[in-house]
Order: sequence, then structure tokens, then C-alpha cells
Amino acid sequence: LRRERLSVLTSVDLGPYRLLTLERGALEPGDPGQFFMLSAPGRVLPRPMSLCLAPHGELVFLVDPVGPGTRAIAALGAGDAIDVLGPLGKGFCLEVERPLLVGGGVGIAPLPYLSERLGGPPAVVGFRSEWHAEAASLLHAAEVVVEPTLVTEAVPRGHDVLACGPEPMLAAILREWPTAQVAWEAPMACGFGACYGCVVEIGGRLRRLCIEGPVLAAA
Amino acid sequence: MILNGSGCLDALASPEIARTLDAFVTKTVTPQGREGNAPVRIAETDFGMLNSIGLANPGIDQFVVELLPRLAEAEFELWVSVGGFSAGDYAELCARLDERAEIAALELNVSCPNVAEPVETAAEIVAAARSATSKPLYAKLSPSFDVSETARAAQAAGADGLTLINTIKGLALDERTLKPVLASGPGGYSGPALRPVALAAVHAAYRATGLPIVGLGGVESGRHALELIAVGASAVALGTVLFRDPGAPARIRGELEAEAAALGLTSPLHARGIAHDSGLQAFPELTKYVN
Repeated sequence: LRRERLSVLTSVDLGPYRLLTLERGALEPGDPGQFFMLSAPGRVLPRPMSLCLAPHGELVFLVDPVGPGTRAIAALGAGDAIDVLGPLGKGFCLEVERPLLVGGGVGIAPLPYLSERLGGPPAVVGFRSEWHAEAASLLHAAEVVVEPTLVTEAVPRGHDVLACGPEPMLAAILREWPTAQVAWEAPMACGFGACYGCVVEIGGRLRRLCIEGPVLAAA
Repeated sequence: MILNGSGCLDALASPEIARTLDAFVTKTVTPQGREGNAPVRIAETDFGMLNSIGLANPGIDQFVVELLPRLAEAEFELWVSVGGFSAGDYAELCARLDERAEIAALELNVSCPNVAEPVETAAEIVAAARSATSKPLYAKLSPSFDVSETARAAQAAGADGLTLINTIKGLALDERTLKPVLASGPGGYSGPALRPVALAAVHAAYRATGLPIVGLGGVESGRHALELIAVGASAVALGTVLFRDPGAPARIRGELEAEAAALGLTSPLHARGIAHDSGLQAFPELTKYVN
């Protein structure tokens, strides 16, 4: 486990989201789909964030300021310091033949880095509004749908699906593409297996998502 | 001496963190395996966090066969926390663990706020456990009852030490829906908000018993640890802070030693109980360090 205090290089608006760029320090970017715990100024617990992009010497996160922790992180500006722990958990398996990336809302966060590592495969991403869809600019040549159209209506057949997004979307993906690799989300206090807070049902048992996931492949 | 609070670290998932402790305390082991409570299990609040894990653990059989040998291989002193739903459960658990030389001490979790409580009192549970083991027994008490009375009763029943405090019951509502965030409704409240509660409980237990005490509750710095020692703790455990900062044991140990040195004490434990006298004034040769 490696935790470092990093400097914020930039923080810019992207639709309703913030794109937060940190200097990387000695942290490794890890595999796409792995996550980091970002300390939230003034809060008791850090927040889990999957890595969005990994330019040389930097770590980039896509933050949706929906609660007190994410709002505190989104309010950081250039030159501010933030404690970051990671990379944590298990990411996407990149050994796939015909990858197709599927994302919904802030769940597109891990896809730009994943796309880069897979050489720019096709992608379908869905958002609740055109404003939210501004985040699609992070992904090269993605097909973008906006509600009421759902991403599952736009996903072509014959691919290995790698997905991240809201739970109903992931459940729908798994109904149609049972072998998809899917990145889930759960409230986490620690990110390294200590708190037992992030359990989800895996194979009929409650297991810690931070250790078994956040990317889970079909059993 | 710096420990973890039971249930706040998995030494098998993070042995490198456990090795920075003076002793590692396991998650509470119960007679039967438990899945624990349904998610959502945790919620941050403004000054702490709530949890409702519900004593998730594999049960004593699997613990002894699978986990204990792996824990014993690691290079840290091992304390095992046990919990049950009757005094007989505690006696059975302690008897099973009594022969295991790799275990340095047993902690009786008689204060989990997230599961049904045994019908017996803490003292009856301690007495049952005492009859089953000669290992050092620490009773982990809740601050929600009369601490002095419970601590005295635990001592009379044969406890070698006390652990104070466990979490206290709390509730958080969702910002948008105004429904409880945790699936169980209420949960155990921990974190910085508990510091004054922990100080009062350790203060009362030390005055009532003089027993060794593992103090915990909201410790985030060496100063916080020193204050627990000053009211009577002989060791300090870290809980919620570990979730945010896995480097906390080494950092807080260093800060604690520096705090003690700044007061002219050669060891932090020399400050034990001084809040019960007149603070540092009780040591005339040290008053030059005050102010």
C-alpha cells in the first residue's frame, strides 16, 4: 500500500463533473479499473475513485460532486495538496479479443485509461443530458446516447463488453452480455479490506468489493 | 503500546500494516460463521462514521483451522476478539482458544451495537470466560452504561484488563431521501466525535479498577493517544483513522513519543493516570515544562 500527498495541477469543469489532474509522485497508475482513495478535505473518510487517465507523471480523476466528500474534492484548486492511496483492487482483464467499452454517467471515469491501454476500441456511452454528455469528450470516437435512449439499445453484438456505470445499467448489460466485465461501486471506508463496509453479493455470498473487485467478471 | 480496534484491520489482507502495530486484534470471532448485515453497511457523518457490519466472520471452526495458522506465521503479537449470544458462547470460544500458544490475549466483545445482546450481564460473561481460559482476558465495554459499575463488576469476575470504548449507537439519513443510509437503520458511531466520550469512559474505568486499559475512540494523533494515557489507558488502539491513513500506527507512535518528550517524560506511559492527580503538577520536577 502506498499513500502520498500529491499536488493538484489543474481542476476544470467538464459538464457537471470536475476533471482533477494530480502530479503522480511515486504512485503507480495501476491497471484500468483499479481505484485510488482520495482524501476529502474536512471529511473523516477518503473517497474511492477509479483512475480516468494516466498521462506521464500525472493521475487524472473524474469527480461527480454529489455529496460532501466529492464536493470537497471538486473544490480543490491548483497547488492544493491531497492524500492519495493506491492503486487498489482488481481492474479490467485486458486479454480480450473484440473489446467494446460501455459506460453510463460518471461511470465512464475508468474508460479513457482503459481505451488507451486497449488501443482505442469502440465505445458506447450514455448520459442523462447533453450537459452530462460533455464528459464523452474524454473518450476517443465514442458513440454517445442521451436519455431516454439507453446504452443497451446502442451496443452492437459480437463484442467482449467492458462496462462501468449505474447499477441498473450494469444489471441490464449482464442480462444481455453475461460474460461482460463489469466495474461496480459501493461505499468504502478504507479501500484495502479493513472495514468490511463495501460488501456485495458475489457467487451467493457477501464479499468485499475492494478486494474481489471493483471489476468482476462472470463466474 | 499501539493496537488496532477489533474489526478495523484485516491482518491477512494487509500484513504490512499489522506489523506496524505492537499487537494485532482480530475481527470478532463467533461460534457460528456469520455473513454479517446486508449492505449499505457504512456511512460517513460530519464528525465520524457509522458502521453496521454485524460481526461478519467465518466462525470459530474455520477461524482455528484456516485463519489462526496464517495469523500465527506473521510477525506480530496476536489478540483474538470473541463474541457470542450467551455467556456459554464466550466460555466455549475461550476454551477453544485457550491452548493456542500463538494467542497472547483474548478480548471479550460484550458491546457490539449491531447485533442482539446476550441476556447475561458483562460480568456474567467475563466469569464464564474466566472459567474457560487462563489467558489474559480483556473485556471490551460500551460507554453507554455506567462504566464505573460495569468495570468494577468485570474486574470482580476476573477480567485482567478492559478495552474502552466500543462504538455508540447512531443514525444517519440520506441527504435526498431522508431515509436511514444504513440498511439496518442505526449503526455504531466511531471517529473523532467519540474522543471526549472515550476519555470520560477510560477516566471512570481507571478510577474504578486500576486495571490495564486499552483506550480507543477517535484517536487521530499522538496528542489524542497521550490524553487517553493521561486518564488511565495503558495502551491505545486505533480504529476509524486506520481506514483513512494506514500509516497511522507508525505516525501516531512517533507523535506520542515526541509529545511525551516535550513534557519531559522518558516514556509516554509515565503519563498514565496523571489526569487523576493534578495533571503534570503532580510531578513537581516536571512543572518547568508546563506553560
